[in-house]
Amino acid sequence: MTMDNTGGATRRKVLQCMAWGSAGVLWTVAGGIPRAHALDQAGSEQLAQASTFSFVQVSDSHIGFHGDVNPTPDATLKEAFTQIGAMKNKPAFLIHTGDVSHLSKPVELDTAKEIVKTAGLETFYVPGEHDTIGDNGKAFFERFGRSKTADGWYSFDHGGVHFVALVNVLNLQSGGGGNLGRDQLEWLEADLKGKTASTPIVVLAHMPLWALYPQWGWSTDDGAQALGYMKRFGSVTVLNGHIHQIQQKIEGNVTFQTAQSTAFPQPAPGDGPGPGPMKVSADKLRSTLGIRNINFVAGKPSIKDASLMG
Amino acid sequence: MMKLLGIVVAGLLAGAGGMALAHDMAGMPGMSQPAEQVAAAEPNTITIDNFTFGPATLTVAPGTTVTWINHDEEPHTVVNVGSTRLFKSGALDTDDKFTFTFDKPGTYQYFCSIHPHMTGTVVVK
Repeated sequence: MTMDNTGGATRRKVLQCMAWGSAGVLWTVAGGIPRAHALDQAGSEQLAQASTFSFVQVSDSHIGFHGDVNPTPDATLKEAFTQIGAMKNKPAFLIHTGDVSHLSKPVELDTAKEIVKTAGLETFYVPGEHDTIGDNGKAFFERFGRSKTADGWYSFDHGGVHFVALVNVLNLQSGGGGNLGRDQLEWLEADLKGKTASTPIVVLAHMPLWALYPQWGWSTDDGAQALGYMKRFGSVTVLNGHIHQIQQKIEGNVTFQTAQSTAFPQPAPGDGPGPGPMKVSADKLRSTLGIRNINFVAGKPSIKDASLMG
Repeated sequence: MMKLLGIVVAGLLAGAGGMALAHDMAGMPGMSQPAEQVAAAEPNTITIDNFTFGPATLTVAPGTTVTWINHDEEPHTVVNVGSTRLFKSGALDTDDKFTFTFDKPGTYQYFCSIHPHMTGTVVVK
């Protein structure tokens, strides 16, 4: 079911919310005593650099979309990659949090793949529900899959940070939202088991893992169970797309971050009759689209969103 | 940063209410048509607007072909609920249609497999 502890826990954790600004410091102390000491000592520069890196999140490129608000989502995706190419601090890699395509068509996926390739960076994908229509993601996984199994989920490590890439858009049930399923939850629990609590965790998923707005499907039915496995970790950052706007929620040690699309905006939760593409004028469109830079310094993530307006 | 709280709580309540409503409507006799009424193509149509199937419950006679039309800019699908796959459309892009002929009486619940909060019912009797 959806997260049933959202309200109470949020109210309860106001102080933790306020403390977020210093969470990185707390984490550094909790996460690595040697490192915390080393920061004040000669040679600390090297240690800090070992876990200092940035990566860029791209989401919801919807190649194949042809609605009035943006009939050329391939052009706006290219603009996003022009921005990425111009970054002074080159990202270590990219993530794409799904809805690469609009209709799961091979030609749409290939167009996106060619544009993403221009960055010359390793790219980690998770599928959106638009990438799995009709074929359960077969065409998507053939191009972007990293899992050794057909299931699609996987994990990787970079700079001391553990990344978990989840699939919550398959086997969706009538009346529900996103779905991880028992197999994936079991895998996740096992995957995290060997990690020390001081390991920063970054979760990639397409749909929000928390009940952001369930009546528009902006939730993951069994997301709370997945998050339960992460409670012992000092720093958990959940990056997702799906809702084409920036939303943030902090719940104890977990920050939830939804990203902008590179194709079209969607309305704020509950604003209007449904979650379809939001009509904006051509001169405003690019202010509603964007990419996200995530910078890790000594295990602490800082997030900066940049619109395509520049 | 806490402003979503109210929305989330309201969303859970509204979501539960919406589901109950859909089930209630499936059992309502109000929308049934006289058996002798000839099923024209247009009346047996379910439109998709703003992520909603309309009407939420459609009652037809056995042998009727029902047409779904997607008016959204978002693609949708039409898939029957249940372990047996009776009908499943491909991606319906804007103004795309899907048809299915209901031969046997019964209550058929369906949903959009891309946006599963979208549900509807066809009653055949």
